[in-house]
Amino acid sequence: MLTYYFQLGLRSLKRNPMLTALMVMAIGFGVAASMITYSVFRAVSGDPIPDKSAQLFVPQVDSWGPQYNEKGEPPGGLNYVDAMALMKAHQASRMTLIYQVMLSALPHDANSVPVPTQGLATTADFFTMFNVPFLYGTGWNPTEDDNRAADIVLTKEFNQRMFGGANSVGKSITLSGHDYRIVGVTQHWDPAPRFYDVWGESGFDDPPDFYLLLNRALDLKVDNAGRNSCRGTLSYNGWDEFLQSNCVWLMPWVELDTASDVARYRRFLESYSTDQQRVGRFGWTPNVRLPDVMKWLDVQHVVPPESRISLIVAMCFFVICLVNTIGLLLAKFLRRAGEIGVRRALGATRHEIYAQYLVEAAAVGLAGGVLGLLLTIAGMSGVGLLFEPDIARLAHVDMSLIGLTFAVAIFATVAAAFYPAWRAAQVQPAWQLKSN
Amino acid sequence: MDIQPILAALRHHKAGTMLIALQIALTLAIVCNSLFIIHQRLARMDEPSGVDEANVFVIQNLWGEQYSTQETLARIREDLATLRQVPGVQDVTPANQYPFKGGGWDNLITMTPDQRSSTTDASYFAGDEHFLDTLGVRLIAGRDFRPDEVQSRGMREKMIPTVAIVSKPLADKLYPHGDALGKSFYAMTSAPITVIGIVDVLQRSDVSTWSAPYAGESMVVPIRMAMSWGVYYIVRTKPGQLAAAMRAAPKALYAENRMRMIDAKDGVLSFAEVRRRAFERDRGMAVLMGIICVVLLAITAAGIVGLTSFWVGQRRRQIGVRRALGATHRDILGYFMTENLLISLAGVVIGVLLSFGLNAWLVTHFTLAALPLTYVVGGIVILLLLGQGAVFAPALRASRVPPIEATRPA
Repeated sequence: MLTYYFQLGLRSLKRNPMLTALMVMAIGFGVAASMITYSVFRAVSGDPIPDKSAQLFVPQVDSWGPQYNEKGEPPGGLNYVDAMALMKAHQASRMTLIYQVMLSALPHDANSVPVPTQGLATTADFFTMFNVPFLYGTGWNPTEDDNRAADIVLTKEFNQRMFGGANSVGKSITLSGHDYRIVGVTQHWDPAPRFYDVWGESGFDDPPDFYLLLNRALDLKVDNAGRNSCRGTLSYNGWDEFLQSNCVWLMPWVELDTASDVARYRRFLESYSTDQQRVGRFGWTPNVRLPDVMKWLDVQHVVPPESRISLIVAMCFFVICLVNTIGLLLAKFLRRAGEIGVRRALGATRHEIYAQYLVEAAAVGLAGGVLGLLLTIAGMSGVGLLFEPDIARLAHVDMSLIGLTFAVAIFATVAAAFYPAWRAAQVQPAWQLKSN
Repeated sequence: MDIQPILAALRHHKAGTMLIALQIALTLAIVCNSLFIIHQRLARMDEPSGVDEANVFVIQNLWGEQYSTQETLARIREDLATLRQVPGVQDVTPANQYPFKGGGWDNLITMTPDQRSSTTDASYFAGDEHFLDTLGVRLIAGRDFRPDEVQSRGMREKMIPTVAIVSKPLADKLYPHGDALGKSFYAMTSAPITVIGIVDVLQRSDVSTWSAPYAGESMVVPIRMAMSWGVYYIVRTKPGQLAAAMRAAPKALYAENRMRMIDAKDGVLSFAEVRRRAFERDRGMAVLMGIICVVLLAITAAGIVGLTSFWVGQRRRQIGVRRALGATHRDILGYFMTENLLISLAGVVIGVLLSFGLNAWLVTHFTLAALPLTYVVGGIVILLLLGQGAVFAPALRASRVPPIEATRPA
């Protein structure tokens, strides 16, 4: 019966090509606008490390106090003194520190002109905590952190540029005049957003080329190329005094496996702050935070407001398109009041009329979905005009988006048809037959 | 025109009437908020930077080796000499950042060294005695830096500037009575900094929304800063020689010393390109809102045409009766135009409420400004005209219904 209704629907749609085209276009444009903006939103708001996002936390300690902190919130990074103290305390099952560095490299084929490279100075746990996949070798051993070894891990892409993709483990690489020993080469690994480094960064720009052993980088006075934030009077003079200053620039992460570990670590941060208050470093009561990955991404406003606003506006647009469709379906269905009257008089139940018109609406939804999909695919090539390149490149059409496009188009159209179909089913057969 | 019969007729089409009114209301809410967002974004993109944009370009020069502060300063001196020799170059200055760079260096500003909360926040430019002339920034009071005032400092070394040139917005924020010249302030320094010059416009380095309360507030201190990673060379060219100088400058620098890195794609940027990149998000937003507005208005118009056509089709017999009873073409046309006007008016009344509601929501969630009344009025005019325009064709068709229709069965 439904197939027959579907054929009836198609025939009816052919009868008013203008009205049908209007509805299909409204649905198509509405769905496409929503899907294009949603594909961008989905890319920037997703969970970058679903397996572990609930076990990874950012320990935040208020080292600035109520006078300088960010409206009561502790700063997003740690200063050197606090960072080193938390590392030494070993209160989490794993912990890492990160800061950004910019160095120069001499690729062997590039007629000896240096090329810029960017990387992270970090610690051994980085690779295990974030499940970094390796192509060759592994990350360095935690004991190497204490040995302050000149170890480095390259990314697959950087290894390709520097060593033509060969297994470079055990070889040495010179960056900004210093030699480092390669212990591992990662697979392609670029979570979006780059959750571990969103403090002061968009989280979507170019990924790092290498990971350098943090203590070694500090020994070589390799300066921070990322965010640095200080308060009060800047009185440091030279690198060593800078390390002792209140400037925050080190990004800490801890791994905590159970809820009780989390609670215990939070208590540890508080007691650490109390100790600092006792020795006079902090002149205020403990103020600590311990957000997990998704909370941290939220606090750092990683989703660009543009992406959110455009999704909302596109959805409002879709709603208006649906209101439009309700009106047009109403006009279309009621124009056939006579026909409905005849069918009802010949014994069709209200229920059958209702089903017939919903099926007809579903056909419109399907056509709208096809148009919407075509417009979405066409629109994807134009995403670069609407969003920055770093964000636009994340948006793509995949099976789930195609499925969602059809599902949304059909579901929305059928939902929009409920009222018009109900009105059609209410047609009084006697009244219609009389007026004919 | 008597509107009583129109209202009576509309009572028979409650659903259709309400749908059109609702669509007009929603469209108005979206269109006037979108137009406002577009206007705000475009206004941001057109802000003057203070820089002589047609004749300025920027080189991001990264060091190929790790240098000490003294080595860095020596390299900067050599590079400046080299750049001054490039044909077409009028002036050069080394800097830690430049207006509209995106991100960058900013310091909290206080009036006393131990003030509890900061007075404001200023974009912190470290420049030498060539900074103002190279950028083309206009000095409106006081004087430029003297060469002997310029200190050389490593990035992690103590900076003790005693004088600064500030932008007018910063001067006015610190000293609202317009007497900032010669007065002092603190920029996370232990000693006061005296204002020796005021420039009319010098935009901040960052362009993000967090600094909106400090728009246009920037300061220049006489420091030649040796940064470990590299330096920005801001270059002013003689009129018409920008493109040639942009090609020649990196070649000259590499010829002088090849242990440097100037990215082929992003290393040398004309100021026009700097501006384009800084406002990429804003332009994208304006384009998206523009497209949505146009398509939305088209869909709403199409919806009105569709429903009105249906009503005309439904009422052919009644129209015929009215025509037979002496109504003119003009009467019928007027009837449908007035009917649409009434529905549209109801729609815009709801729409105005929705517009301000949507705006209020955007204000709280996205720190947007409050919607000015002119945008709502503009939106109302657009939608009323759109409704009248859309209804015209079906109404005209209705007015051509011959009186003979009265005799035909529906």
